[in-house]
Amino acid sequence: MHKHAIEEIIFKILMISSCLLVISVLFLILGTIVCKGLPYLNWSMITQAPKSGYYLGHEGGILNSILGSLYLTGGATILAFMMSLPVTLYLNVYAKKKSILVSMVRFSFDVLWGVPSIVYGAFGFMLMLFFGMKASLLAGIITVAFLILPIMTRSMDEVIRMVPPPLLEASYALGATRLETALKVVVRQALPGISTAVLIAFGRGIGDAASLIFTAGFTDSLPNSLFQPVATLPLTIFFQFSSPLAQVQGRAYAAALILTVIILVISIVSRFLTKQFTRNIVR
Amino acid sequence: MIKDRISYPGKRLFADQSSEKFLHLFVILSGLILILMMGALFYRSIPVLRLQPLYSLLFSQGWHPSRGEFGFLPFIAGSLWVTGVAMFIAMPVCLLTSIYLVEYSSKSLREWISPFIDILAGIPSVVYGIWGILIVVPFIKDYLGPLCGVSSSGYSVLAGGMVLAIMTFPVIIHISVEVLKTVPYELKSASLALGATKWQTVKNVVMRRAMPGIVAAMVLGLSRAFGESIAVLMVVGNFARIPKSLFSPAYPLPALIANNYGEMFSIPQYDSALLFASLLLLLVVLYFNIVSRMILSGIKWSDYYYA
Repeated sequence: MHKHAIEEIIFKILMISSCLLVISVLFLILGTIVCKGLPYLNWSMITQAPKSGYYLGHEGGILNSILGSLYLTGGATILAFMMSLPVTLYLNVYAKKKSILVSMVRFSFDVLWGVPSIVYGAFGFMLMLFFGMKASLLAGIITVAFLILPIMTRSMDEVIRMVPPPLLEASYALGATRLETALKVVVRQALPGISTAVLIAFGRGIGDAASLIFTAGFTDSLPNSLFQPVATLPLTIFFQFSSPLAQVQGRAYAAALILTVIILVISIVSRFLTKQFTRNIVR
Repeated sequence: MIKDRISYPGKRLFADQSSEKFLHLFVILSGLILILMMGALFYRSIPVLRLQPLYSLLFSQGWHPSRGEFGFLPFIAGSLWVTGVAMFIAMPVCLLTSIYLVEYSSKSLREWISPFIDILAGIPSVVYGIWGILIVVPFIKDYLGPLCGVSSSGYSVLAGGMVLAIMTFPVIIHISVEVLKTVPYELKSASLALGATKWQTVKNVVMRRAMPGIVAAMVLGLSRAFGESIAVLMVVGNFARIPKSLFSPAYPLPALIANNYGEMFSIPQYDSALLFASLLLLLVVLYFNIVSRMILSGIKWSDYYYA
């Protein structure tokens, strides 16, 4: 056989096997978590707060951290949304094309996207000290909002940028102002993409542990105030896993399974939304 | 209703113009986040910079917070080792996968695979950590270690590198695929028309054209690996010495910060030292990100402009 043909075959085999490696690693991870977590998963785990001696293997559940994670990430997502929608609308509707400000802000969000979550944690911690707060739900919300702001903004920006310019021009031609165009034409047109961006940001926020170590604290009670510490799923997993008791470790696997399922559901819902919402879209 | 609006055009114009000012403020504020972050971290690390000169902070080995000795070299070395191993594994795998997805596979296969890569990107780092402890660490302890004639607990540079490599897969593959897609069809067909095989075309035309973008993708993956804390700290052993081999434990910078938040205020200057470590991390990651984003935007600079 010719040399080139052999080279072609060798590299094709290498490429297919690295592709398979990537996919199989994913299934290996999911499989491990399911196999380890399923035996320890039970109903009381997701309906009860930890009772006394829970971390020694006694009765109870992790409802506190499930709720805590949902509240915390929900709050952070709302906060980040309130910041990122105005920013993306400004970048795409108000700002002049080819303005330095626009490219600089986009660039800075791209760079912020790469900042490690532990650094956001340290930053949130400093803000917390500066305002004299202690580790609490509110501090966690603010920190995670900073963490997911660049993700949400850049993904929304990518969608809103796809809104066809003739649509804007048609709106202006009818006498609409920029504000009216932005809210009634652009937002409606980009709605599926915006909701996907929000879900992506939520998914990233709910899985993050490093930024919360400093800021959200930990507690056994259900979240009941913005100014109290709050338990979150990733940290619950992390702390329970360090326990020497097999029963408690098993609960860490089960909690990891719950977290993974939440994230898978978010990912599936966001794909579904993208398909469903596109019905009302002008193309 | 409509009559209302027509009779007060000033109101609508006012809303439009004031909203512009308002949104402008938001944009400026968001641009300031990065500067604020750096400034605050720098301000908080001044005490430790006063205590020890920068050079000895970065290049001395003694880590005795209670005696006021802060030498970050073991942690920096740990970070470099772990990231290096991760990139060594991730680079070829990601490059081959993205070339396969763009140049060889059918469109339907590509669409079938991309959600899986998205899911890989979405898995929380603490789950990667648990998986690392359950699978990677025993694998190194029971198979790879004995195979290389080393006895290792499994909690090692190699374990950290392997987990990190997997965590960087989605980042690198995603960007590399985007970059490879920008190679013009005409270039490839010209090469194929001259009688080159598909792989020769990929090697000599596609790769040459896409190289800057691929490098940028790798650098972004590298900075992701450099900053990851939870997953790494779970598998890497957390031992404050410069690692001697792949099988010895390490203590990367992010793990140091995440692990010691509890004792932060019990020892003077300790909090400042940890925030200095965060500043260091931020600066390194910023540098990598700025370089690679500049390369990428050189390919598609219009991306940042076109609205």
